[in-house]
Amino acid sequence: MIPAAFDYHRPATLDEALKLLKKHGDEAKVLSGGMSLLPMLKLRLASFGHLVDINRVPGLDYIKEEKGTLKIGAMTRQAALERSEVIKSKYPILADATPLIADPLVRNRGTVGGNVANGDPGNDQPAIMIALGATYVLQGGKERTVAADQFYKGLYDTALARSEILTEIRIPAPPPKSGGAYVKLKRKTGDFAVAAAAVQLTLGKNGAVESCRIALTNAGLTPVEAADAAKYLVGKTPDDKTIAEAARMAAVKSQPSADRRGSVEYKKEMARVLTARALKKAAQRAGAN
Amino acid sequence: MAMHKIKVTVNGAAREAEVESRLLLVHLLRETFGMTGTHVGCDTSHCGACTVHLDGNPVKSCTVLAVQADGAQVTTVEGLEQGGKLHPVQEGFTEKHGLQCGFCTPGMLMTTSALLARNKNPSEQEIREAIAGNLCRCTGYVNIVKAVQYAAEKMR
Repeated sequence: MIPAAFDYHRPATLDEALKLLKKHGDEAKVLSGGMSLLPMLKLRLASFGHLVDINRVPGLDYIKEEKGTLKIGAMTRQAALERSEVIKSKYPILADATPLIADPLVRNRGTVGGNVANGDPGNDQPAIMIALGATYVLQGGKERTVAADQFYKGLYDTALARSEILTEIRIPAPPPKSGGAYVKLKRKTGDFAVAAAAVQLTLGKNGAVESCRIALTNAGLTPVEAADAAKYLVGKTPDDKTIAEAARMAAVKSQPSADRRGSVEYKKEMARVLTARALKKAAQRAGAN
Repeated sequence: MAMHKIKVTVNGAAREAEVESRLLLVHLLRETFGMTGTHVGCDTSHCGACTVHLDGNPVKSCTVLAVQADGAQVTTVEGLEQGGKLHPVQEGFTEKHGLQCGFCTPGMLMTTSALLARNKNPSEQEIREAIAGNLCRCTGYVNIVKAVQYAAEKMR
């Protein structure tokens, strides 16, 4: 399959990339890893007059800890995230997910920035970023930051303006006694999730949940945050009974559509089961008994 | 139509071409350079038959633009053999019957040669995870795993 014709641009700097976006307006699209965009162009599900390839823009590929914040450059490849010692040792929610994204060859090209900026509800990292309370740095005109939970507006529709590039993801370092988990059900390697749940929580001194965030992948047109379920858990000990109730509440929030991955009923049930598993895992990692 | 002059090093040899923006790397290799060792399988980034090394990393060349390889080092299955001697993974696939129809084999060889460059002693689990993006419909993977283990042994 051959994509419809387009013009390719390879800016050497971020400024140059932003100028190209401004110049070509709605006809321009940023090319990051290309693992979603190129198949869409080939299948002719999308078409753009101009691709702005940011693969050689310097300074967008890093994972660093700075003053209580984890900063991930938008061009960080999934394979780099997967091999990162910081991620493995301190961010189990991200470490859970990366090996489950697409396949190893795709992860050699696919980027974290592309995964979160694309606005595909099947992508795994948006729900994770919501659970982690991450913010995205958007460049183009005046630099601004948008919280992950405010970023997703609809199917492939985000707060990112056509003239902007998402350059960095900022994650607040979880306090002591925190744990996170991502649990995903998929039919086969390379497929999107039937359902998946992202959980990040912190326990208080008495072992009760002090704070908690839950978000679901492929449970609607955008990642779905189950705020009621998370709020229910706050102040309670995460045991089988409270976890079961929170998972039930989270599944109520999910609005999947029926497709070859299953019926609405099946997917909602899987959202419940996976949320319970993710809560349990996150609580164990936080040091719950 | 936008055309781009590109320079790519393929299997150690400097090559030049003038390509359309939308030309895919796999088509540059097969059609422009006439190197048909790299296969087009699913053409949708699933099967891995088109796997090549781009600056040392295995990638699916049906999902990379040719112009993106400008200035890069590309290694294809034709480049695995060195001085008339098969790469250990090629020898392993031969010795352990790691293929039947052979369609997935170029991709399997590129993925597993990259694995062994990074990990001299992969476990069976690590081998299976590494080839998760390469589909084989003949072997059931058992002999492919054995072929990679053979190659790993050979390279130690």
